[in-house]
Amino acid sequence: MPKQKLVLIGNGMAGIRALEEILKLKPDGFDIVVFGSEPYPNYNRIQLSKVLQGDTTVSDITLNEWQWYEDNNIRLYPGETVTKLDKKKQIVHTDKNKEEAYDFLIIATGSNPFMLPLPGADLEGVTAFRDIKDCELMIDYSKKYKKAAVIGGGLLGLEAARGLLNLGMEVDVIHIADYLMERQLDRDAGILLQKELEKQGMNFLLEKSTAQITGKDHVTGLLFKDGSRIKADLVVMAVGIKPNVALAQASGIPVNRGIVVNDFMETEIPNIFAVGECAEHRQMVYGLVAPLYEQGKALAKRICGVNDKGYHGSVLSTQLKVSGVDVFSTGKINEDEETKSIKMYDDWNGVYKKVLVEEGKIAGSVLFGNTKEGTKLLSLIKKGATIEEYLEAGQTEETGVDFVASMPDDELICGCNGVSKGTIVEAIKGQGLTTLEEVKGCTNASRSCGTCKALVSDLLQYTLGDEYSADQKETVCGCTTLSRDEVIAEIKAKGLTHVREVMNVLGWKKEEGCSKCKPALNYYLGMIYPSDYVDEKESRFVNERLHANIQKNGTFSVVPRMYGGVTNSSDLRKIAEVADKYEVGLIKLTGGQRIDLLGVKKEDLPNIWADLDMPSGHAYAKGLRTVKTCVGANFCRFGTQDSIGMGIDLEKKFEGLNTPHKVKMGVSACPRNCAEGGIKDVGVLGLDGNWEIHVGGNGGTELRKADLLSKVKTEEEVIEWVGAFLQLYRESANYLERTSAWVERVGLDHVKEVLANKATRDELNERMDETLAAIQEPWSEAIKNKTLLKELYEKVNVPTGSN
Amino acid sequence: MEQMLNRVPIGALTDFPERLGKTVTVGQKEIAVFKLSNGRIKAIENKCPHRGGVLADGMVSGEHVFCPMHDWKISVVDGKVQAPDEGCVQTFRTEIEDGQVYILVKD
Ligand SMILES: Cc1cc2nc3c(=O)[nH]c(=O)nc-3n(C[C@H](O)[C@H](O)[C@H](O)COP(=O)(O)OP(=O)(O)OC[C@H]3O[C@@H](n4cnc5c(N)ncnc54)[C@H](O)[C@@H]3O)c2cc1C
Ligand code: FES
Repeated sequence: MPKQKLVLIGNGMAGIRALEEILKLKPDGFDIVVFGSEPYPNYNRIQLSKVLQGDTTVSDITLNEWQWYEDNNIRLYPGETVTKLDKKKQIVHTDKNKEEAYDFLIIATGSNPFMLPLPGADLEGVTAFRDIKDCELMIDYSKKYKKAAVIGGGLLGLEAARGLLNLGMEVDVIHIADYLMERQLDRDAGILLQKELEKQGMNFLLEKSTAQITGKDHVTGLLFKDGSRIKADLVVMAVGIKPNVALAQASGIPVNRGIVVNDFMETEIPNIFAVGECAEHRQMVYGLVAPLYEQGKALAKRICGVNDKGYHGSVLSTQLKVSGVDVFSTGKINEDEETKSIKMYDDWNGVYKKVLVEEGKIAGSVLFGNTKEGTKLLSLIKKGATIEEYLEAGQTEETGVDFVASMPDDELICGCNGVSKGTIVEAIKGQGLTTLEEVKGCTNASRSCGTCKALVSDLLQYTLGDEYSADQKETVCGCTTLSRDEVIAEIKAKGLTHVREVMNVLGWKKEEGCSKCKPALNYYLGMIYPSDYVDEKESRFVNERLHANIQKNGTFSVVPRMYGGVTNSSDLRKIAEVADKYEVGLIKLTGGQRIDLLGVKKEDLPNIWADLDMPSGHAYAKGLRTVKTCVGANFCRFGTQDSIGMGIDLEKKFEGLNTPHKVKMGVSACPRNCAEGGIKDVGVLGLDGNWEIHVGGNGGTELRKADLLSKVKTEEEVIEWVGAFLQLYRESANYLERTSAWVERVGLDHVKEVLANKATRDELNERMDETLAAIQEPWSEAIKNKTLLKELYEKVNVPTGSN
Repeated sequence: MEQMLNRVPIGALTDFPERLGKTVTVGQKEIAVFKLSNGRIKAIENKCPHRGGVLADGMVSGEHVFCPMHDWKISVVDGKVQAPDEGCVQTFRTEIEDGQVYILVKD
């Protein structure tokens, strides 16, 4: 018997999800064809907000790769729209003149953005916010224009506005109601939200109704009904969506607001189903993804002939995906005669919580500022829990773990991606997962809106017990809950430029940070903005602030630069003179082939530097320290290469570079490796006819042998590879992470893989060169700068008996 | 007692860099003087109770200084060492008048 033919119209989240459910039940049951107007494989529409905000890219939001369609023998026609449907003959027609017969048809055409029928709505520069195309248009405009207006202060509008801000535009949000997100929030939360977003730089025009979009070919502004105007180069309409039912309607399928379906997602026409935003179930049309998963399941069971109780509607919750703002709402949001409420309003900290109770049961909730309880409340509402159950849970400090333990296996944890408790627990056990990130990678849970992160952590703890360490995410320090990567992403997204600005905007718990985060942020900012960032001396540890190493008695040491460990008689003479003149306590050779003058008084430092007239050896720096070299081919009878020359070149090139932690190098001219490259961050080894580059070695507390990164022929290539390696390290290591720990953490293979690509190496070197170009020699800088001398090096002496 | 205190000028307010410390020696006494980000001047003994670190060279965050030796955290307001470490350093009163900074020390 030939397989039955299943045609899906709409290659979006609901339709594909339904197919996935069908494939689970009957992997080879149907001959499947999919038509999709958009020229992409199925992607996560929710994430468009994050694409616009710069947190991810279009290429990262694909849910089903092309390969998935192939693997499941699905014929996909991307960029092809179904234009006609013949329900008698059971055939669909497309805009590319294709005809396809079906035994079963699924309509999953989603919604269309609602465009206000205003004069000027068809001007260039007016867009909706619905698909990749819209997103790309906005990104493109942000590069050319300055002013954006978003019509609509709901979820979508605010997410669009945040994105446009991140893209560097000035944004006005026009809203018809007197507070934001009035459909999801009550007034109190709406007002808190507005305050927060204003802080982030959004401008609001409330209770404004647009009369016209002005401009000739291209939009130039908005005119309002009250006669006022604003300028705009880009107008985003985000006033709502309407189910995309035109095709169904034209084909005589009963349509109300959406395509009418029963509990099994069947339309009133035999063999035709509808699912997702285009479907209307029990008078409800949904505009969020959570229902799609339950709908998809019900549909799949029906098509595959599995008995089931069907779909009974969903309780929804909303969450705004704007970084720095936590808003959550579910169920009923406004009080009426029937409801009582539990409320907590903390204007000072910007935290608000309301739980509505109706006939003793939890009926809804609005949370602002702290939304941790969101998923729990949603789950309690779904199961029809009484308010006591909620209150008791709070009082006995029932942990999240007890709570997830009590959930049935098929309960959804991640509403966005339809991942149940059972699936997550299975993945944790079966695949040995231990972190939130891993669970996210394996199951998709918490990949979209992120509301369920707390629950997933609880599940990890519940499943792994003591093996689970809750603080798996390494935060920058105790002042913040953000990790290094998160902080860097936020700095870039929000264009933050100062240490204190980072702390303020990202909600540091201690306003001025601590001795861990200050130098770290200072480093990250310098790394991100190599030419523009002005190093903050207040955020530097004393050694790097004063360009000398502090000793246990408060004196300092001075190490002048000697490239490659090579010196000469005149430098030695100067050093000797300085040592006498300033009564230096001790002269010592360092492990990196330098001369160290110890026991220098702070106030003498600038004079010593001036007398020496040699560059700083950066012996105090989280940066390139020294390049140690062996004698090499010029004198040594085993030497095969000019290791001294190579070492000097490297040292001259990378001198003064800031890195996450200190970097030591060694260059040797034969495998005897006299410069000890095997325990250096970068060890270069000259052999007959080529050079080996070893990385990640460490001779200190964490002894580690360096790994071979690559073999190259020329000195230029050595420099190129070392430059790329160091820049990669600068860009991805945690502050105070040595190359040894970093290589260990990210894996040598990863480093090799990234650096194998010449184009990537070139890009890294470009950024490296930009960084190097901005470096100033610190000792000569200090000597020249009167204020610096006064502020940093001078002491105040008040003799006794001065009065 | 109040009367026994000497009011010693230690420089113009503008000589003190914000969020940094400066070592001021009055007679035999070494004092660490800090200008906080709110512009206030605070003075404490320039010697960490741990192993004598020079506090004036520490990193200043809000009302605390982190000792440059082993990172003890010390309040520049009341001189108390913050948990988990213990101890305290002497504090000194300061005054600002006509842009001049004075420190009050015992004779
Ligand atoms: C920016 C943004 C942020 C969002 N954030 C969230 C969120 O945080 N949480 C949440 O739950 N939801 C969110 N949503 C809503 C969510 O994306 C939708 O609910 C979901 O995508 C609906 O899935 P669907 O399959 O019904 O429709 P769609 O994903 O729109 O898929 C329908 C597809 O069918 C195609 N199509 C239509 N007609 C035809 C035809 N005749 N022939 C061929 N193809 C056709 C369309 O081009 C489209 O690709 C967001 C939406 C947007 C735009
Ligand atoms: S001397 Fe201050 S912390 Fe050790």
